[in-house]
Amino acid sequence: MPALLEIDALETAYGASQVLFGLSLQIREGEVATLLGRNGMGKTTTVRSIMGLTPARSGSIRFRGKDIEAWSPDRIARAGIALVPEGRQIFPNLTVAEHLVAFAANRNGSSNPWTLQRVYDFFPQLAERSRNMGNQLSGGEQQMLAIGRALMTNPHLVILDEATEGLAPLIREEIWRCLTALKAAGQAILVIDKYVERLIEIADTHTLIERGRVAWQGSSAELAGNPGLWHRYLGV
Amino acid sequence: MSGILLLEQSLNGLQFGLMLFLLAAGLTLVFGIMDMINLAHGSLYMLGAYLMATLAQATGSFLVALPLAIVATGILGVLLEMSLLRKLYQRDHLAQVLATFALILIANEVVRMIWGAQPMMLATPAVLSGPVDLLPGLSYPSYRLLVIGVGLAVAALLYWLVTRTRTGMLVRAGASNREMATAMGVNIKRLFTIVFGIGAMLCALAGALLGPLLAVQVGMGEEILILAFVVIVIGGIGSIRGALVGALLVGMVDTIGRAFLPALFREFLPPQYAAGLGPGLASILIYLLMALVLFWKPQGLFPARG
Repeated sequence: MPALLEIDALETAYGASQVLFGLSLQIREGEVATLLGRNGMGKTTTVRSIMGLTPARSGSIRFRGKDIEAWSPDRIARAGIALVPEGRQIFPNLTVAEHLVAFAANRNGSSNPWTLQRVYDFFPQLAERSRNMGNQLSGGEQQMLAIGRALMTNPHLVILDEATEGLAPLIREEIWRCLTALKAAGQAILVIDKYVERLIEIADTHTLIERGRVAWQGSSAELAGNPGLWHRYLGV
Repeated sequence: MSGILLLEQSLNGLQFGLMLFLLAAGLTLVFGIMDMINLAHGSLYMLGAYLMATLAQATGSFLVALPLAIVATGILGVLLEMSLLRKLYQRDHLAQVLATFALILIANEVVRMIWGAQPMMLATPAVLSGPVDLLPGLSYPSYRLLVIGVGLAVAALLYWLVTRTRTGMLVRAGASNREMATAMGVNIKRLFTIVFGIGAMLCALAGALLGPLLAVQVGMGEEILILAFVVIVIGGIGSIRGALVGALLVGMVDTIGRAFLPALFREFLPPQYAAGLGPGLASILIYLLMALVLFWKPQGLFPARG
């Protein structure tokens, strides 16, 4: 499989404070990759750099063979990267149905694209809430909506940033079920989360980062066989 | 008698409120989406009125001049946005206020140079110059009825555009969370140019319709701009529904307050106090309304941001 996303020697800073120091990682098509690390190590900054929200200071980000590190966020999104952001970022003044319809597109040219009906079948709870406004939803419903909103653009790559944060265990299971189903359908995903044991079951490759640098990269089997890494870089 | 008067003043209030809505709609979206304070919004209203007066004289027809003035002002608005205002989005509010205040001064001087310092006359269309009998004892100028009708129709159209179309969804998404809308693939720059152009056209429509009722003169934009800001603060910045409700509230409270407060005070106060207090209170009534709304709902009546 060719690389879908290639990040090479990425350096990103907020003003004078640099967060990423030469981070590199690759995601192949159809692969689920994780980005793991303690809080404040640069996970969300990496996501923001990929999306062009906090542009890289140096290094390169190649997506489907194109250098996108200087592109605007909307252009990057239209190229086929969909973000499920930290904090969900649901629009309070749009209904559930509007969230799904407003950004609908077929950016990966799928012959069986995500539609409103398919998203409602995937998350039946959203169908029941279709006419509710974004700020009337529970945390779990908001998370499903954020995922549904991303899927409706039929992206090449979905990025989930802290998708299970603050959710009840049952809802969290729902999100894992959803990730497993998406992976089975061949969707490439970059996941940022802290539930290592769950991610080892679902994901293919893992990148542990510490203070803006890659500390370790490897497969699920390698990570499962090395709990010392968990303790050292994740504090679990 | 007083019932008839109240009805007539309510119609005036409705008409004024609807015209305020045309101005506030553009202002609230510009402020809401781009976080941009555009003081020059009132200048577009003035330019719209002047273009309307000139075109009405040149063509001899109110109805021919109206769409021309609206389109011309819309084009001016888009050019202004693309050339100048776009550079101000990343700046702080103080820079925006200073730059757009400069635009007000420039617009006023340019208008004075082109059209002179004297107010311009804009006549009501001949067919609409007479009054209409609405009820026994209530005859109302037919032109004002037209203004109400057009105002209602445009408000309905705008409401449909914002609440029912995909463009409207993107506009609302941009108003509540610009970064997330961008990350979903929305070209906010282009969307905003479109919104700004529509806002400028609404300014021109308000200026053209109010032209025959108020004087078309230099400085007409600033008076109404302040009211439009009061409207969007009451309604909640970025919310079209808030702009509509806020505009109708402000239009009604201002018109009815001015019409009835002085008489009300004369009922139970000595004339020397009533003469000062009535009109004085009437003129600050909408600011009291704004203070009250902000006391209970600091984000305005319909906050666009969660």
